[in-house]
Amino acid sequence: MIKQILMAATAAAIFTSAASAETVRWARAGDSLTMDPHAQNEGPTHALAHQIYDGLLQRDMSGAIIPSLATDWAALADNPNVWRFNLRQGVTFHDGAAFDSEDVVFSINRAMADGSDMKELLSSVKDVRAVDAHTVDIETHGANPLLINNLTNMFMMDKGWAMANDVETPHNFQAGETNYATMNTNGTGAFMMQSRAVDERTVLVANPDYWGADLYPNEVTEIIYTPIQSAATRIAALLSGEVDIIQDVPPQDLDRVANTSGLKLATAAQNRVIFFGLNHADGPTSDLRVRQAMNMAINRDAIKQVVMRGQSDPTGVIMPPFVNGWTEALNTVPANDLDAAKALMADAGYGNGFATTLNCPNDRYINDEAICQAVVGMMAQIGIDVTLDAKPKAQHFPYIQSGDSDFWMLGWGVPTFDSHYIFNFLIHSQTDDRGSWNPTGYSNADVDAMIVSLESETDLAVRDATIAKIWAAVQEAQIHLPVHNQVLNWGMKDNIVFDVQPEDQPHFQFLSFQ
Amino acid sequence: MALIILRRVGQAILVLLLVALISFLIFRFVGDPVNSLLGQEATVAQRAELQELLGLNDPIYKQYFDFVWRALKFDFGTSYRGAQPVADLIASRLPATLELALVSAIFAMVFGVITGIYTAIRRGGWFANIILSGSLIGVSLPTFLIGVLLIWVFAVELSWLPSFGRGEVVDLGWWSTGFLTVSGLKSLVLPAITLGLYQLTLIMRLTRSEMLEVMRQDYIRFARARGLSQRQVHFRHAMPNTLVPVVTIAGLQIGSIVAFAIITETVFQWPGVGLLFINSVNFVDIPVMSAYLLLVGTLFVFINLIVDLLYLAIDPRLRDAGNGENQ
Repeated sequence: MIKQILMAATAAAIFTSAASAETVRWARAGDSLTMDPHAQNEGPTHALAHQIYDGLLQRDMSGAIIPSLATDWAALADNPNVWRFNLRQGVTFHDGAAFDSEDVVFSINRAMADGSDMKELLSSVKDVRAVDAHTVDIETHGANPLLINNLTNMFMMDKGWAMANDVETPHNFQAGETNYATMNTNGTGAFMMQSRAVDERTVLVANPDYWGADLYPNEVTEIIYTPIQSAATRIAALLSGEVDIIQDVPPQDLDRVANTSGLKLATAAQNRVIFFGLNHADGPTSDLRVRQAMNMAINRDAIKQVVMRGQSDPTGVIMPPFVNGWTEALNTVPANDLDAAKALMADAGYGNGFATTLNCPNDRYINDEAICQAVVGMMAQIGIDVTLDAKPKAQHFPYIQSGDSDFWMLGWGVPTFDSHYIFNFLIHSQTDDRGSWNPTGYSNADVDAMIVSLESETDLAVRDATIAKIWAAVQEAQIHLPVHNQVLNWGMKDNIVFDVQPEDQPHFQFLSFQ
Repeated sequence: MALIILRRVGQAILVLLLVALISFLIFRFVGDPVNSLLGQEATVAQRAELQELLGLNDPIYKQYFDFVWRALKFDFGTSYRGAQPVADLIASRLPATLELALVSAIFAMVFGVITGIYTAIRRGGWFANIILSGSLIGVSLPTFLIGVLLIWVFAVELSWLPSFGRGEVVDLGWWSTGFLTVSGLKSLVLPAITLGLYQLTLIMRLTRSEMLEVMRQDYIRFARARGLSQRQVHFRHAMPNTLVPVVTIAGLQIGSIVAFAIITETVFQWPGVGLLFINSVNFVDIPVMSAYLLLVGTLFVFINLIVDLLYLAIDPRLRDAGNGENQ
C-alpha cells in the first residue's frame, strides 16, 4: 500500500515536472538593448538574439565553434584570401521565406554598413559573393585565419523581409528614427518572438520548423524572459519559484541558492579577465622595477578567499584560459613576496614609497570596488599610498581612455577566443584604428609589427609561435597587473540540465529536463 | 485674478528652464554615452566621430538651447539606449508609474488619516503608542530596505505575492492597466506599500497633531458642554477641521510620490518611468534623462500652481493683496 502511494506520488511529481517543463522563465540583470541583430555588439543583446537568429556558425554551450546555417567551411586551396561556406539546405525564416546565399550576402553587407556595431569584426572583409544558391564566398584583404572566430555572433536576416520593412541598414543616429527591426524579428532560430515589452517581459515560443529539431534537445517550448535589475529581487524571484533560471547570481547569495532544496547552482570559468593598467609614460610606474614590485604585492589568493568568496580563478596573465595562446606557465600566479617587492622598490629609488590614485569602476565587474579596496591595502604594505577613486562605468571608461589615469582597473572578454583580440586592443600602440584600450603609453614597434602579422599569417604553427613571442614580451615588460578570471554562476531549478556557457550566453535549444 | 494666474504660469516656465539648465550641467558629470553605444571594439577614430555626430563636442550652452528649442516643439529626440523617440518611450512607461503612485497615495491617505485620528483620540493608550513607535520605522528605514524586507516575507517565505514586475496587464488604447487582472492587482500590493509607507507616517503624524490642536479649541469645549456625544464631537466637529491642512499637504506630496518611485521601481522591477530613468543614467541616455527631469519638474510646478490657485479661491485676503498691487 505504502509502496503504491509512493509510486503514485513519484508519478505525480514526474507528471507535474513534465507539464511545467516546457516553459522556462529566465531572468538576468539587464535587458537586450535592441532586437536589431547588427545594432549592438553587447552580451545581453546577443544572448537574446541567439534564441531568434542564427549565424553561419556559433559557439555551443562549452564555447566550441559548431556549424549553424553553414554546414562546413574552408579557405579555398588555391586562394587563402577566400573562405567558402556551404549553406544548410531547407532552412526557412520564421515568416516562411527560404534561406539562401542572397540572405547571407545581404546580412554580411548590412553588418558592415554605417550604423552597424558589428562592422569592426568584419573590417578585414573585402567582398561577399554568392557562388550559387547555397554557397557563399567571403573574400578578405589578405588571408585572415581568424575570420571564422569573428562570425559567431554575426546573425543572418532575410533580405526580402528587411527590404519590405525598410531596415536595410541598422539603426542610425543620424536618422533619429525608430527602426522596425528594433522591436520586430524574423530569424531562422529555435524560437520566435511572440511579444516584447522593453525592460519588462519578452515571450518567445518554439519555432515548429526549426532546422535543428533533430540535432539538439529542443525541450523548451516557451521562454519568458524578464530582466530583474536588483540582485536581491532576482534572488528572491528564484527562491520563490517565480523564475526558473537566473544569470548573474551575486557572490554573497551563492550558498543560499546552492543550499535551497529544488534549486542548484551551475558554475564555470568566464571568458573575462580582470587586471590593473599602469602608466608607462611617466611617473613612478614607468619604472619596470616598480611595476614588478606592485605585481608581487598583490595577494591574489587573499582576493579570491576574502573578496570573491572563492569565486575567482587567480592568474598571472591577462588572458582567460579558453584563448588560443594560453599556457599553464603564463597563467602561473606570481608569488606574493613582500620582501622582494620592497627590495625592488628601494632599487628603483622609491624605498619610501610614493602616492598615486587608483581609478576603479563600481558597477561593471563582480565586486570591482571591493577588489580595488583590497589592493589599496596591499600596496600600502610596500609603501605605496593609494587613493581609491571608484566611479560608475559610464564615467570610469571615458576617464581611463583619456589617458589621465596612472593606475586603473579593467576587465577584458575575448569573443574571438584568440590572443590577437587582446593584443590588438590592449597591447598595440594607441593609433586611430588599434590600441583603443591601451592608454598605458606602452609602445613597441617590434611587438606592433608582430601583432599586425597575426592577421594574415595562415601557417598556424608560425602564427602560434609569434603569439608566444608577443606574450613573452608582454610578460617581461609587466605592462599590466593581472588579478583573476571571473567565475560565472547560473542559479536554476534542479530539474534543468544546462551547462554554463563561458560567454554567459544561454542557448535554450541545448536545455533539457531531468 | 487672470494677471495672478499669468504671473504664476510665467514663474512656472522659469522654473522649468532652470530645471533643464541644471540637468544639463549635471550631465557633464554622468559620463559619456559613446562607450555604451559603440562597444569595446570601437577605434579611437570612431569614438571621435560619434561624439561629433551626437553633438557632445558642442559647448554646453549650445546643447542646452538646442534641447529647449526642440522641447518647445515637444521633440525630445531619440533614446540612445532604446533607439525609439523619447516621447513614445515615456508615454509607454507612464501608466505603470501613475497607477502605482495613485494606489500608494490612496493607501497612505486612508491609513494615515485613520491611524492619525485614532492616535489623537486614544492619546497615551497602549495601542496608539505601538502605532506611533511603529511609524518611526516608516520614517527611518530607507525605501529599498523596506521593499526587500517585504519581498522576503511575502514573496519568498509566505509565497503570497509576486516579488517583481506588474503581472498581467490589459491594454486600453495607449494606456496599459494592471487594475483589471488578479495578478496585476497582486503585483501592486508590495510596491504600493513600500512607496506609500513614508507618506503614510507623515500624514498620520500631521493628522494627529492637527487633531490634538483642534481638540483644544473653544468650540470643541462648547460642543462638549452642550452634552454632545464623544462620537459627534470627534467626527462631526473636530475631524473636518483637521483634514483641511492634511489634504493640502497630501496633495503636495503626490509629486514626491512620483519622483520617489525611482527606488521602489528599481527594487520591484516595476516597468515605469523611474526604472527607465535609472537605466538611462547607467547608459548615459541623455535625451531620456533630460525629458524625465523636465517631466517631474512640470509635475511639481503644476501641483504647486493648482494649490496656489486653490488658496486664492479660498482665501479672499490673498486675492485682495494681489489686486492691490495693480490698482
